[in-house]
Amino acid sequence: MNFLDTARSALRSLRANKLRSALTALGIIIGVAAVITMLAVGEGAKRQVAEKLKSLGSNMLVIYPGAVTSSGVRLGSGSRNTLTEGDARAIQDEVAGVLASAAGLRGTGQVVNGNLNWSTLIYGIGPEYQTAREWRVLRGRGLDDNDVRSSAKVALVGQTVAQMLFGGTDPTGETIRVKYVPFTIIGLLDAKGQNLSGQDQDDVILIPISTARGRILGQSQGRSRTVGHIYVKMVDGADMKLAETRVQALLRQRHRLQQDQDDDFNIRNLSEVVEAEQAASSVLSSLLAAVASVSLLVGGIGIMNIMLVSVTERIREIGIRLAVGARPRDILTQFLAEATILSLLGSLVGIALGVGGTLALAHFAGWEVVLQTEAIILAVASASVVGVFFGWYPARKASRLAPIEALRYE
Amino acid sequence: MPLIEVQDLARDYRVGEVTVPALRGVTLSIERGEFVAVMGPSGSGKSTFMNLLGCLDVPSGGRYLLDGEAVSGLGPDRLAGIRNRYLGFVFQNFNLLPRASAQENVELPLLYANIPAAERHRRARAKLEKVGLGERAHHRPAQLSGGQQQRVAIARALVNEPPLILADEPTGALDSHTSRELMALFQELNAGGITVVLVTHEPDIAAYAKRLLMFRDGRLIEDQQGQGARFKGQGTPGTPLPLEPCPLNL
Repeated sequence: MNFLDTARSALRSLRANKLRSALTALGIIIGVAAVITMLAVGEGAKRQVAEKLKSLGSNMLVIYPGAVTSSGVRLGSGSRNTLTEGDARAIQDEVAGVLASAAGLRGTGQVVNGNLNWSTLIYGIGPEYQTAREWRVLRGRGLDDNDVRSSAKVALVGQTVAQMLFGGTDPTGETIRVKYVPFTIIGLLDAKGQNLSGQDQDDVILIPISTARGRILGQSQGRSRTVGHIYVKMVDGADMKLAETRVQALLRQRHRLQQDQDDDFNIRNLSEVVEAEQAASSVLSSLLAAVASVSLLVGGIGIMNIMLVSVTERIREIGIRLAVGARPRDILTQFLAEATILSLLGSLVGIALGVGGTLALAHFAGWEVVLQTEAIILAVASASVVGVFFGWYPARKASRLAPIEALRYE
Repeated sequence: MPLIEVQDLARDYRVGEVTVPALRGVTLSIERGEFVAVMGPSGSGKSTFMNLLGCLDVPSGGRYLLDGEAVSGLGPDRLAGIRNRYLGFVFQNFNLLPRASAQENVELPLLYANIPAAERHRRARAKLEKVGLGERAHHRPAQLSGGQQQRVAIARALVNEPPLILADEPTGALDSHTSRELMALFQELNAGGITVVLVTHEPDIAAYAKRLLMFRDGRLIEDQQGQGARFKGQGTPGTPLPLEPCPLNL
């Protein structure tokens, strides 16, 4: 029998039992759809993490002052004023591979434009900050050394703040009041989206650190030049562990800490956080793929089950075919073709369902999904393998029937 | 050279521990163009003999030469090829594929002979017309009468132009009028040069044959030549042969 005749005859017997064929194919349909959807969701999760990594800035160390201990009560990270602008500069100058070391002060405050107001984060920073965070200005200009030296009343606004205070209009050149002090907006920051903990990074204004210290955030502890945090951006490919050790050693030396004293600062390695989340998301997507594969396997067992029933039901037919000259391998091919066609048709419907389901998830649930051609090919290939694999046993069983016994079977 | 030559052909069936001999060494030969009826009570081994002739079963002992070729000992693929090209089967219960049309049923042997589709259609159509069913080519078996179904089966047996037709009680499920028509068709085929071997337990039907083989207890006990040959043990006198002109358009 040639290929076309085999396919046609297989299709005919599948059509003869439409409901059963459809139910059998359903296993494969669900399996393929699940594989496609799960891989798309898993890939979407990975991509989301990668985007967050980008917005945080990679190769980043963040240093916070240590905790104050007052009569046994520890006040938490950042409660001491141990970090200074001098520390930031020293890191820049003395640690190898530092791209930018940016000191900053952080506070919150009410920002007002005319009759609109908004409570936002206020960062006091220097020009290195934008380099460290890889934060570009969309319109206008960034902060420069002059602004810091002269404690200029200028500000960069984040997308969210611009939206809240100016609607959609260009805020550059406008004046806003920050805690009653008028500032001129010199630039609009590019969008950064949410950070890993889900905070809106665009809900922020950046002002010169000198201005912030003198007029806006103040430094109640009185020691000047202290800072709230230092961002250290390393060059690409830098060994972050090594950089962390070196920064730690440098700061311990500058703070004159003895061997037995604890650090009076904390270093956070953002790469580690991101790596952990990446690992988690790839575990998640492997898990999803594994679950989907199991459903494909179950679909395959469904095929085997139905094919076995079908062989038993059609023993007479097999006998007739053998009597008129079908060779065992013709019978084998016929049943194998039925299993394969069933799983191929199931795959096609499964692709449609999987792609549709993925797009629906993206549209209605707002999930980040990435449909990949490779995933679709993988799903269909596994479905075919499953079809042939599980069709093989029943087909072989059919082909081994003795003609006379098959003909006599009631 | 005879078309069929068997020597000491035997077939045992194993039922659990016990070996039951169904055929205990049959030796005979059948020439081309013969019309042979095989008779015998049930359990006489006549059906086993037919299944062995038809290569549907494998003998436990003895030799079987079909057209000079030793059949015993061939593999399943070769046997399938022999069934396809040398033999046409007609069964008591027709054995048509219920979901296929008459035309498709007749095409089945051609499918396994790797004949292209157009040629298959043409040849199947021609055979259906030959058995008088040209009009009903697209009917399914369930839509045909018993006699018509058996003619479809005969068309299927003929479609690959085999030299030998094996019929196992072909009229067993048919009324006497239809049976007579069918036997006339077999006679016609035999007259055209095809060797026919048919199993029956009805003397009326056996009367159409030119040679009678009588089986009992797995052995051939009688072999009579001549039209209308009768086995003596049957005890019934020969009835006149119902050889009225058949209405078939052959």
